[in-house]
Amino acid sequence: MSIVQDIVTEDSRGEPVAAVAKTYLRIEGLSKMFGDFTALRNIDLEIYEGEFVCFLGPSGCGKTTLLRAIAGLDIQSSGRIEQAGQDISALPPAERDFGIVFQSYALFPNLTVAKNVAYGLENRKAPRDKIRARVAELLDLVGLADQGAKYPAQLSGGQQQRVALSRAIATSPGLLLLDEPLSALDAKVRVHLRHEIRALQQRLGVTTVMVTHDQEEALTMADRIVVMNQGVIEQVGPPLEIYRNPATAFVADFIGTMNFAAGTVEGPGQVRLGGVGLVCDTGELDAGTPVTVAIRPEDIDVQDVASGEENAFEAEIGDMEFLGSFFRAELTGEVIDGAGLRADMSINLVRRKGLKEGARVPVKLPRQRIRIYPESALRG
Amino acid sequence: MASVAQIPGAAIRPKLSRDDWAMRGLMVAIGLYLIITLALPLYAMMSKSIEIYAFQPANVEFQVDEGQGWGPTINALTRGEELGVLTRDDLVTTSDGRIQATRFFPDFSFLSETRYRIRNTEPTDGGFMIRGLQVTHDDWVEYSSGDFRRVTLRPGLSTGLGNYLAYFSNPALFSSIFNSLTIALISTVVTVTLAFGFAYALTRSQMRFKGAFKTIAMVPILVPSLLPGIALIYLFGKQSLVLKVLEWMLGEEAVAGLWQGLINGTYGPTEIYGPIGIVIASVFFTFPHALLIIMTALAIADARLYEAAVALRAPRPRIFWTVTLPGARYGLISAAFVVFNLVITDFGAPKVIGGQFNVLAVDIYKQVIGQQNFQMGAVVSVVLLIPALIAFTVDRMVQRKQVALLSARAVPYEPKPNRPFDRLMLAYCSLVGVFILGILAVCQYAAVIKFWPYDLSFSLNNYNFDVMDGGGWAAYGNSIRLGLYTAVFGTGLVFLGAYLTEKGRGFTYGRTGFQFLAMMPMAIPGMVLGLAYIFFFNNPANPLNGIYATMAILVVCTVTHFYTVSHLTAVTALKQMDPEFEAVSQSLKQPFYRTFGRVTVPVCTPAILDISIYLFVNAMTTVSAVVFLYSPDTALASVAVLNMDDAGDVAPAAAMGMMIFYTNATVRILHSLVTRGLLTRTQAWRMR
Ligand SMILES: Nc1ncnc2c1ncn2[C@@H]1O[C@H](COP(=O)(O)OP(=O)(O)OP(=O)(O)O)[C@@H](O)[C@H]1O
Ligand SMILES: [Mg+2]
Repeated sequence: MSIVQDIVTEDSRGEPVAAVAKTYLRIEGLSKMFGDFTALRNIDLEIYEGEFVCFLGPSGCGKTTLLRAIAGLDIQSSGRIEQAGQDISALPPAERDFGIVFQSYALFPNLTVAKNVAYGLENRKAPRDKIRARVAELLDLVGLADQGAKYPAQLSGGQQQRVALSRAIATSPGLLLLDEPLSALDAKVRVHLRHEIRALQQRLGVTTVMVTHDQEEALTMADRIVVMNQGVIEQVGPPLEIYRNPATAFVADFIGTMNFAAGTVEGPGQVRLGGVGLVCDTGELDAGTPVTVAIRPEDIDVQDVASGEENAFEAEIGDMEFLGSFFRAELTGEVIDGAGLRADMSINLVRRKGLKEGARVPVKLPRQRIRIYPESALRG
Repeated sequence: MASVAQIPGAAIRPKLSRDDWAMRGLMVAIGLYLIITLALPLYAMMSKSIEIYAFQPANVEFQVDEGQGWGPTINALTRGEELGVLTRDDLVTTSDGRIQATRFFPDFSFLSETRYRIRNTEPTDGGFMIRGLQVTHDDWVEYSSGDFRRVTLRPGLSTGLGNYLAYFSNPALFSSIFNSLTIALISTVVTVTLAFGFAYALTRSQMRFKGAFKTIAMVPILVPSLLPGIALIYLFGKQSLVLKVLEWMLGEEAVAGLWQGLINGTYGPTEIYGPIGIVIASVFFTFPHALLIIMTALAIADARLYEAAVALRAPRPRIFWTVTLPGARYGLISAAFVVFNLVITDFGAPKVIGGQFNVLAVDIYKQVIGQQNFQMGAVVSVVLLIPALIAFTVDRMVQRKQVALLSARAVPYEPKPNRPFDRLMLAYCSLVGVFILGILAVCQYAAVIKFWPYDLSFSLNNYNFDVMDGGGWAAYGNSIRLGLYTAVFGTGLVFLGAYLTEKGRGFTYGRTGFQFLAMMPMAIPGMVLGLAYIFFFNNPANPLNGIYATMAILVVCTVTHFYTVSHLTAVTALKQMDPEFEAVSQSLKQPFYRTFGRVTVPVCTPAILDISIYLFVNAMTTVSAVVFLYSPDTALASVAVLNMDDAGDVAPAAAMGMMIFYTNATVRILHSLVTRGLLTRTQAWRMR
């Protein structure tokens, strides 16, 4: 799984920048109504200086609405937004300090690339050659140094995207807002641009908020991810944290792949799942509470499990689905039948151990990898 | 309390930027323009329609002194009824109604020594006047018999539905309602049918010369609706060109016999004056409007449906009835209501060729210009507003559905060649084309011969407009000025207004209100608008009274009259622009007018040109509203056509009509050249 590897190897982004940086954008109790419909409900969020934050969530969850509230384009119904210590809650966009890139790029079609980039620089009493130099510098920065005289329609989607980006950062805004900047591009270009945008952001050190519904994008680019659902924030945290410890069943389900199975709390640190008793963190839950047991397929141990180990049991391999670099296999067998657990097995492992459908293998659910949610959580 | 806004949970009141204020201010200003040039005049007209002038003899008293001192007080109402001079229930009159005071004294002689006195017990209303001066106090006024014969009772002003009662109890007037509806219905059926055939040929066949036919079909837009009437008079009127041609070909005897046989002896040379003439002329001038709408409807029809039907080997007629017609239904309904509205509110065709056949639009003209009965003109206007408003409302509702269809746009249909069918369509379009061009050709022919039908030699005498009634060549110059002013100011106003409503931030109520105001002009017939302007602007108490009888009022009236279609064109163009342009430029701290000037206007230039050409052409051809508003200094070419025709100078009227046509055609050609040049020049950035 490329995502996971990405995250695991990039240690630098595991730790929250939060601890040291100071708050740049503070959102308090923000709500947005469209008529009777509540698009955002009581949002509290802090974004730190120089940070790259992604708003991630399913379509219609309110990501764009929150971004536009920050920009002042659609001002919230209630709540407060503070940017660099100043209350900007009611300010019109022109009195705020941000640059923005839309999914459509909104490049002015009748102006050349250079004119587009210069648009925000003109009209500010800056000398002409200064503007020209700045435009050249910006175009160089995004690798379009020789494209300045062309019109947007003559560029590819990816190039247009970069023009929009350089136009947004031309005036060196304190905050960069990106609304699904990559979603209009095809997959290859998208992956490439992810890295470019991220690198550019780090180079400039500009605080950036990006809206996306693509978890891979969020996981690979963000310092911290804000997972949203139905107008509320479900969880805020660094990618690895979100991935490893999803705070709610929704996050667990939305990010990556997760096995969910119904179980019951048997006592402190004890959960029963079908015929298996599991040891794991049960938090404050009382014995007898019905719960949802969650574990990622790649966290299920199939390799070198000794019988009698904690959380280990024997299972039968059901359907094996080949997913390129690994297999995802259904686990059956009397003890956990019906739970529908799936485990990932590398090609190497499968070959080495001669695993195939119908084989019986000892498996283990490592206690640190098991997440327990109150049963109602998944339905909610 | 001041900190309430700071507490999370309290509602936010967005702070308005300078741009927001400026944009709202401008929008309110344009909204006010529409209120002043449309809503208020209409209100003035409505009020006028319920104004009643009635004698108030109950308030008037006389005394007579025949040498023995003043006799008993005589009440004018009582005495008048005794004498049959007036009756209690029949006191309604016009503002000019007068009753001689002497009529209350049958044995009056202006040579006698008898003295009279008269007083008005309610001096504010009605009462009496002497030598045109109203007496406004309630004291007795004494006159010798010599002076008393110059005393008249005058009506007072009150309000009520009296004018409407008078209208509906006068068959000569209210039969026009029926006439107007009949004409409009027949014309609608004929035009929509013909236009549908034409549109079908253009969109569903592979016939040749499609471009030429499309151009020809648009020609009627370029001429005043008076012109087809004039052509019809030449073709079928007292000196019928058709008859002459037939006589020349077949001999007089044969033709006379032919007519007798054909039309059972009822053919009279004046037959064309009346409903038949109006319908033909109406079909001519409404054809392009219907064609455009139906063509759009047919063009967006889903090709996949059509191809599926073909694949199922459905026969052509079956496909026509089950796929084509239902697909175009909204277009047909919309076209029908547009045509209906155009015909029922049209003044040009029935004026020229209606003869004794009265319709509502002409009634307004006759009441106002002929009889100076402004109240009754207002009543007819209100009556005319009703069908016009209904047609307008239905059309708007249908258009909305059509738009919904459009956004779910499917694959456009590509017709395949089919020789017999294509030839049939070519023949049909040729017929329609000959009809349209024939009308123009007849007018042009009539304009350049000396004296139809007696002297057919070539002459430009008919272009000697300066020796004729109507305003002469100056009128033509005025029309061009009106066209230019309307195009320039109108386009600016309309486009700015549309921009502010489309791209403004917040202010939902204001923007909705503005949209409503912008739609209103389309529902108001030109005659009604013109008359309303008289009531509103010709009122000395109105501070805007100064623009009355100037070029300015003509420009204002024309801009307002044609506001809606221009507005919709602008809105459509603006809606196609990325809604985030404004957001981006705000984030870049650019004022709205800079983005407006550097991006919005350049990108929308084709639409802006379309609007200005539309305004120019309509300013050149319109008659209905301006016919009430021109002054001797601002006579217009289109009005000159009307007046020359009225005065019997039909050939010069035709000549002037053709001048309008050539002007509009030239401007049209220039416009398409400019548009094409522009698109080539901006190809780089328009490329997709
Ligand atoms: N102007 C509006 N009027 C009414 N409802 C709106 C408006 N804008 C957004 N909404 C609603 O608010 C909710 C959140 O919309 P938003 O655009 O923020 O979603 P999103 O998370 O950006 O989704 P997507 O990924 O599809 O862009 C949606 O249910 C949407 O229908
Ligand atoms: Mg969105």
